[in-house]
Amino acid sequence: MAKTIAEINEKIKKGKAVVVTAEEIIDIAKEKDIKKAAQEVDVVTTGTFGPMCSSGVLINIGHSKPRIKIEKVYLNGVPACADLAAVDIYLGATALPDDDPRNKIYPGRFNYGGGHVIEDLVAGKDIKLQATAYGTDCYPRKKLETWINIRDLNEAILFNPRNATQNYEVAVNLSDKVIYTYMGMLKPNLGNAYYCSAGQLSPLLNDPYYKTIGIGTRIFLGGGVGYVVWNGTQHNPNVPRTEEGIPKVASGTLAVMGDLKQMSPEWLRGTSITGYGADLTVGIGVPIPILNEEILRYTVVSDEEIYAPVVDYSKSYPSGSSEVLCEVSYAELKTGMITVRGKKVPAAGLSSYAKAREIAQILKEWIKRGKFLLTEPVFLLPSVDAGITFKDLKERPIE
Amino acid sequence: MQKRKVVLTFPPSLIDQPVTYHLIRDYDLVVNILKAKISPKEEGRLMIEISGKRESLQRGMNYLQELGVEVQPLAQDIIWLEERCTHCTACASICPTKAIAVDRKEMKISFDKEKCIACELCVSVCPYKAIEILF
Ligand code: SF4
Ligand code: SF4
Repeated sequence: MAKTIAEINEKIKKGKAVVVTAEEIIDIAKEKDIKKAAQEVDVVTTGTFGPMCSSGVLINIGHSKPRIKIEKVYLNGVPACADLAAVDIYLGATALPDDDPRNKIYPGRFNYGGGHVIEDLVAGKDIKLQATAYGTDCYPRKKLETWINIRDLNEAILFNPRNATQNYEVAVNLSDKVIYTYMGMLKPNLGNAYYCSAGQLSPLLNDPYYKTIGIGTRIFLGGGVGYVVWNGTQHNPNVPRTEEGIPKVASGTLAVMGDLKQMSPEWLRGTSITGYGADLTVGIGVPIPILNEEILRYTVVSDEEIYAPVVDYSKSYPSGSSEVLCEVSYAELKTGMITVRGKKVPAAGLSSYAKAREIAQILKEWIKRGKFLLTEPVFLLPSVDAGITFKDLKERPIE
Repeated sequence: MQKRKVVLTFPPSLIDQPVTYHLIRDYDLVVNILKAKISPKEEGRLMIEISGKRESLQRGMNYLQELGVEVQPLAQDIIWLEERCTHCTACASICPTKAIAVDRKEMKISFDKEKCIACELCVSVCPYKAIEILF
């Protein structure tokens, strides 16, 4: 018998909802038959915690006296974008101070960037703001230097245009020298491998065709409550999939938003990727309402059934071809050793499985205690039937 | 028999001296070089594992200090800040001595100081500055 989100919410309010994590459901489904499990379980919680590019915060600092229409702005020395209005500022996770040596001293360490400012802001630390403007009749001020603090801001909104990518590449290095990539330090000649997905706990891998996740889905975001607000950028449902529907390469993504003031530095971490840059590590957990048997069946997916493509990051990835060397399952990856071209290669994560597990548990507790109700998405994320074709840039020479 | 890991810092004046040779021959110690580095200022740093009888070890260390070589025990060099660690496991696969190990059930790491040779590989790999060098 099918359930509705409204019915599940009634149970949550009464403290009667049966909520389990995407890890726990695997064993439950093994013990019971799927039909019975689908009747009994109301919500499956997922989680992921990893570096997520395409993250940032939107803040409104309030108007100064006299007024300023900010043109250029720095937060703790990190440049942000003020090209929205007078005092709206968007700070991206990968922004770097002008005087950061970057990769001039190779490999760069990127000790402090946008992601670190976000962590400090959410931790309640004072942030140094330096702004300049050209001055107008209505906004005469040309310079502003002040401390700001999250508690005094009108709005502080985490707005990440692309997070929680459904599956991801495993990076290796086929060349004969060490390379530093956004997928970590890769030793020559298949010396090691990095992966970056929570596998069986990962939100979009538990709802592979986006049958429950859409615009308006309420989620765990950075330790607080957030929402899915759109599909993420580079959302690409039309990729090769397994029989169960699991994408075999990176595919769907989420754009998410939430009140930064409720979030915590434990789940939003400034990240320094040697040789690559700064970033933000974000904690996300998505609840999946078990509306029917089919949806439950998707959440039962385990690491043995999820495959990631192994890609060479020395030549193939940078050139834009991303040729797949082989596929490995997350079960293999999590043993710490995979086999590529007949060679044993030590593998490690960049996203934390332990933290993903913690997020799924926290979200489960919130729902069980009636603190967190599910929402009905306004419309679902575009799926395989949406006719999306993923485009690479077609360069057209400028005469 | 005792075993110790130490970092030796040589002033420029001592770089070309056969110090390890003396340790081996005159003090009857087994010296295993883990890492050697000469900085642009010509200061040399040598990371060694050294073993021998207790008294020989002590005499060897005294000899080094008299020469003007700075001796630091290695175990203090690398610290793991557990509260900053996300247990991503990124550092574990590159640790040459398995000082960083992963509990595969919990998917959490542990750090065994005894096994650490302070190669510092993990320091630049950790995205969250959860491993620091103390010097
Ligand atoms: S310094 Fe080297 S040996 Fe010590 S924990 Fe780090 S990687 Fe392992
Ligand atoms: S790389 Fe850093 S955060 Fe990741 S497990 Fe190692 S110490 Fe912890």
